[in-house]
Amino acid sequence: MSRIGWIRLAVLAALVALLETLVRTGIIPYKTMLPPSEMLTALVRLLAAGTATRDIVQTLTCVGAALVSSVVAGFGLGVAIHRFPRVRRALEPFFATYYAVPFFIFYPVLIAIFDLSLLPIILMGFAFAVIAMCIATINGLDRVPRVLGKVARMHRMREFETALRMKLPAAAPHLFTGLKLCVAYSFIGVIASEFILAPSGLGHAIAYAYNDFDNRTMYALMLFVMIVVVTLNMLLHGWEQRLLKRWHGR
Amino acid sequence: MSDAAKRSFDILLVLVALFAGWQALYHVAGETALTSPAQTLAYVGELLTTKGDMFARHAWETGRAFLMALGLSYAIGLAIGVALGAHRLSGAVAEPILVALYSLPKVTLYPVILLVFGLGLSAKVAFGAIHGVVPVAVFAMNAIRNIKPAYLKTAKTMRLGPFQVVSTVIFPAALPEIVTGLRVGFSLTLLGVIIGEMFASKQGLGFMVINAINLADVETMMAVAFLLFVAAAIANGILLWIDHWLHKRV
Amino acid sequence: MNAGASGNGGGRAAAELHAELGGVTRVYPAVAGYRPVHALGPVDLDLRRGEFFSVVGPSGCGKSTLLEVLAGLQPPSEGKVSFEGKPVHGQVPEGVGVVFQEDASFPWLSVWDNAAFGLRRAGVDSAEIERRVGDALAFMGLKDFQRAYPAQLSGGMRQRVCIARTLVLQPRLILLDEPFGALDAQTRLLMGDEVLRLWRRTGATILLITHALDEAAMLSDRVGVMSARPGRFLDLVETKWPKERDSTIVSEAGFGEVTARLWHHLRGESLKALGQSGAAAAGGRAEA
Ligand SMILES: Nc1ncnc2c1ncn2[C@@H]1O[C@H](COP(=O)(O)OP(=O)(O)O)[C@@H](O)[C@H]1O
Ligand SMILES: [Mg+2]
Repeated sequence: MSRIGWIRLAVLAALVALLETLVRTGIIPYKTMLPPSEMLTALVRLLAAGTATRDIVQTLTCVGAALVSSVVAGFGLGVAIHRFPRVRRALEPFFATYYAVPFFIFYPVLIAIFDLSLLPIILMGFAFAVIAMCIATINGLDRVPRVLGKVARMHRMREFETALRMKLPAAAPHLFTGLKLCVAYSFIGVIASEFILAPSGLGHAIAYAYNDFDNRTMYALMLFVMIVVVTLNMLLHGWEQRLLKRWHGR
Repeated sequence: MSDAAKRSFDILLVLVALFAGWQALYHVAGETALTSPAQTLAYVGELLTTKGDMFARHAWETGRAFLMALGLSYAIGLAIGVALGAHRLSGAVAEPILVALYSLPKVTLYPVILLVFGLGLSAKVAFGAIHGVVPVAVFAMNAIRNIKPAYLKTAKTMRLGPFQVVSTVIFPAALPEIVTGLRVGFSLTLLGVIIGEMFASKQGLGFMVINAINLADVETMMAVAFLLFVAAAIANGILLWIDHWLHKRV
Repeated sequence: MNAGASGNGGGRAAAELHAELGGVTRVYPAVAGYRPVHALGPVDLDLRRGEFFSVVGPSGCGKSTLLEVLAGLQPPSEGKVSFEGKPVHGQVPEGVGVVFQEDASFPWLSVWDNAAFGLRRAGVDSAEIERRVGDALAFMGLKDFQRAYPAQLSGGMRQRVCIARTLVLQPRLILLDEPFGALDAQTRLLMGDEVLRLWRRTGATILLITHALDEAAMLSDRVGVMSARPGRFLDLVETKWPKERDSTIVSEAGFGEVTARLWHHLRGESLKALGQSGAAAAGGRAEA
């Protein structure tokens, strides 16, 4: 690991240690916060007992479904929109507004339509993620150097082969950035929906534990979500940086 | 038709299509799920006139919380961003942490906020602020980091004092990116405040929506959500315009 | 590599015609708010089989346009284009290889895979690919970097990767569009030596676009001097260099004469081009 990586680790460790002492000395009251060590033991116990397994599986399934559908649909949409500049110019203001309006407010409408099933949850994850993928795809295609199109024609490629062998790999770093955002937004959309209203799932379990004054379970589940999201994010961030370095140097 | 007119026409077409989709959804899903565009607009009119007092009280409540949260987001975010931008090592250490924080589903932290602040104004202000701080900080950090070294060298050759360097070189050079951060922070802070009101408040537009949902009062829910959408979209449009204008000058 | 072509330029009277432009013009159609751009011509050009032909001209005079029309990448607005006796029509003919002005190496492929790209597509068997790619990389001095990726190489080396990628396809006509435009003058002269080696070894016809007078004068059998936009040939200069030549030719007396003659035409044209770009910036936009 690099020097900066070690410093980062040390800073994080120091912050955790600080929290631990603040709670143990009672400066932060126990009923507000658990010491990190106890969060971890609570999480281990929870996982060992298997009581949260169903919620975890459900949430990860929903995130997976939202992720796959949003990446596929966002990519397809991006390719389609990129082909028609007029459509694109008409849609641009809507894209720019999309993440600025609180559209999760319509989650209850989805419940009213589809009942309290997993579908509204997946749809919310999808809705959060799909436009990010679409925008990333358009950005990526914009940045495919024009000269690659000439190279393709020099090799007498047809349109489909040009897309597959030239445009797709040339746009790959941007597509990967889209994928990374989709992972984060799918998690946010799914867990937020579960938190607002759902029969089960991690978000629901956290809200339930809170209402039940069960801080131990609540903090254990929060820690779980954080570990999963941060680990995934770090992995994807690392790969993204590697791609960027290979494509653009330095 | 001139180019700009054609574009405006296309944008209008998309808007019409959105409303048509809404109307179609209304016919498919029925009155228990949502109201039609016409009904919604009619009820919006009612909210703004005969029920104006009640609506104004909630809107004021949201506006007040939002302004406080926005002030906190901007102040804390800018302080962190400027500090990390000026001190390279700290910036390199902190950046992945900030990125990870950004990708976290912050709703899961909601119970912690409630445990710390209790129900009420401070909880929703805090919740809005934790949504807005990160993007403001990240954009400010990068804005300062990416100032061209040649600018600073030029400033040195002119023997400017530190105050002059900041006011005549660093600030104008970093401003466009900082404003982009402020725009994203604006949207996310609003999102946070509304979510906060949905769970931790007996006042505000977020409360109105969640209360209407619980009472199966579809009319109120749709009308308030619609107004929030329009307000957020208009605010975003104005900020986007300023953002573009600043970026064009550099 | 190409046994069939026994090329020599140098003003041989009965030289075989290899590629031809006849009365070619190119007008870029108007796009939103801008006037159409008459970029090229009318120009006539007879490329003889196996000769080394350079085109010099001020920037923006239509050199790249000429090359792309000849390659079949762009349609001429008027006139005809032919290669080896057949008309060129909307497609790059087999046997024509192009190296572009911009860096066109594929960052997602290693140097080796970049060079093997065209052969793999064509389904050439792997032993033959191995042989031809190894040969081309060795020839371009890239043997030690075959596992590297383009982003790890300098701009000049990336351009060599592109040349190698074109070379393995054994083109009979090689079109080079300012391949070394981004390099410093000394390195460019050395790269010029490599292009000369390549030319002699492959026997291919070469059309080189450049904005550097010394480069054109040193490398070519013939140099076409283009006017400011719309580009037209003002003069065709025959250098009469021997086939075995390299960059040391710059010290010969004849070299000075050739460059002087090129500059004689280009000085005025370059001044015009300077003025043109100023005018374009000031008032190029049409009142829509
Ligand atoms: N696709 C295009 N559309 C409109 N104008 C173009 C296009 N490509 C080139 N031009 C214009 O045509 C002229 C000649 O371009 P080019 O052939 O690239 O010049 P050169 O290679 O000699 O620098 C320039 O003025 C350029 O701006
Ligand atoms: Mg050119």
